[in-house]
Amino acid sequence: MVPTLLGRIQTRLFLLAVVGGVVTLVLAPVLPIPGGWGDHYRETFIVLATVAVLGVAWECVYHLLMQWRWEKDWPTLFALVTLVPEGLLVWLLLRAGHVPGAGPPVLAAFLWHFTAVWIAVWLVAQGPMRVPFIRWRFHGGRLL
Amino acid sequence: MIASEGTLLDETRVYDDLGRQPGPQDLPPDLEASDWWSDEMVREAGLPVTDVPFVSVGGGIGSFVTVDYLRIAGVPPEDIRVLSNLDRPWRTYEYLTRVSQIPRAERIRSDSASRPDNVWGFPSYALTEAIRTRSARPLWQVLREPDFADFYTPRLGMVLTGMEREAARIRYWDMLDTGQVRTVRRRWGGGYFTVLAVNEPGGPSRMVAYRSWFVHLAVGYAGLKFLPELRQFRDTSDFHRVVNAYEDHEHVYTALRQRTGRVLIRGSGIVASRVSERLISERKRHGLQTEIVHLFRTYVEGAHGPHPWSRRAGGDGFAYQGFNYPKSVWGGQLKARARRSEGRDRARIYAEIGGTNTAYRRHWQRQLREGKNGGWYRSLAGTMGDLQQGPDGRLRAYVDSDSSRVELCADYVIDCTGLDGDITSHRVINDLLRHANAGRNPIGRLDVSRAFEVRGAASGDGRIYASGAATLGGYFPGVDTFLGLQIAAQEIQEDLARMGFGNRIGPARSLREWWRWLRDRPI
Repeated sequence: MVPTLLGRIQTRLFLLAVVGGVVTLVLAPVLPIPGGWGDHYRETFIVLATVAVLGVAWECVYHLLMQWRWEKDWPTLFALVTLVPEGLLVWLLLRAGHVPGAGPPVLAAFLWHFTAVWIAVWLVAQGPMRVPFIRWRFHGGRLL
Repeated sequence: MIASEGTLLDETRVYDDLGRQPGPQDLPPDLEASDWWSDEMVREAGLPVTDVPFVSVGGGIGSFVTVDYLRIAGVPPEDIRVLSNLDRPWRTYEYLTRVSQIPRAERIRSDSASRPDNVWGFPSYALTEAIRTRSARPLWQVLREPDFADFYTPRLGMVLTGMEREAARIRYWDMLDTGQVRTVRRRWGGGYFTVLAVNEPGGPSRMVAYRSWFVHLAVGYAGLKFLPELRQFRDTSDFHRVVNAYEDHEHVYTALRQRTGRVLIRGSGIVASRVSERLISERKRHGLQTEIVHLFRTYVEGAHGPHPWSRRAGGDGFAYQGFNYPKSVWGGQLKARARRSEGRDRARIYAEIGGTNTAYRRHWQRQLREGKNGGWYRSLAGTMGDLQQGPDGRLRAYVDSDSSRVELCADYVIDCTGLDGDITSHRVINDLLRHANAGRNPIGRLDVSRAFEVRGAASGDGRIYASGAATLGGYFPGVDTFLGLQIAAQEIQEDLARMGFGNRIGPARSLREWWRWLRDRPI
């Protein structure tokens, strides 16, 4: 899928909500986070929401960078390695206490959760997404 | 095989499917002259009539992917007829790829997810190849493409085998009626008549009419494109030493193995790349002394484009691009931009992204470097002014550049100029322009709507759709590609579903049908 700006944002929000949501639901209970299941879910879903909200801004940056590419494409590898700057920013904000509602972060829990969600979302966007949404790839990643 | 005029014509006929062959018999004069036909007129002319809601004219890959979409959308095979002189949808494509140096074992210039046998593009060719060969290499290549590796591209054999499997699955052969399509005319009361000339074994052909609500045209290119001076030379001298890369020219490579020679290549597209690659590989494999002179009409010296955010890579004469069009044409912002554009604005987009280009392939680049360093490959900018036979029997090409005329001596000229996109060369489309009120788009080809409906040619509730090369210049630029044909098929299917022909493919149907596809379950 070669994205448009609107398609990028829609795809990110949809995949984080659906795929990220499922991964978080499954993974959260086993992550090394202090407290009960409720705390686990609260912390991880806050991280997920943070990735989604910040992601809208990130997608604008990526869209801008993409303009310097002749083909106006966004290679698979770029979509994967952007986990590094995005993950770093979320972690720094969590650690600085700038994420509303989030408690003190645990690095191991954040790394496992963030990486698992990112890779799952990335994998689904590379192909399986085209199965239920047959128009998605031809519409720049737009679902609506 | 040495090409003679006869074999050339026979081979050419394979893909010159609708345009130029003389009709086996003419239509009765009143039918020929009328823009609209009534049922009575057809009956009085003695044409047997077959009623079927949807007819696809062409029978190549454009017809195949459109019919595939319709079948997946729930249209039964009884409601579809494919009218073609091709016994296999990929026959023309396979012929053209083979002669332009891509046999089944070689890789075509197409994306991993661009699968004419799979409307979802998943699993991609790379994933399928990785599973079949139990190797992660294809996936590793996709991960690094295009900045750190060449684009992954599938082998032709894999593409054709996949289509064969899908054709059987959707009962394509039950829908195929072979013959020569003569004309499509609007019908009084709505819909169309499509006339097919059917060859009878051992006897004269007979004409039959198909009465349908919908007609789809996917007739491909009209034929080969020749430079005028090359055509003139072939007409007056021989077509043994001056060949088009899209005709069988295996004799050139065979002859070069027997006797050393110089080849002049004309063109800068993917076919020119493949031809030079073959010549260089032959040189290496057989220890030949073949010399190559590459003539560029437009010599690209480096990255080029109007502004920093619109610059295509280039160098050594070539403009470099992974596929025929920038990737975002098939779904990204270029597709969105072209879809919104009209008239001159659209023509400008086409001009921006147009121009002959080829894929930057690392292996081929190494070959070119070796050739340049060794002095047996050289490139030249200019246009071919004249081509003659010299007193020693060799060819003399006169190349005009900005300031001078250069005389070049060569043993063979391989013209890689391409295919003929003139829509009036096709009898059926030309007929449509004259009799069905079809018009032309900003670059002169068939004017279609965003849903690929031929504008102005509606007949009551009936619609004519067109996809493929004939529609270049429309709201979607990448029409003459696998993915482009699928995009057109999707638009056409959705438009038909809105009119009640077939179902809309929503997530549930899509998932269900994909699962059937994966298990190769017939539909």
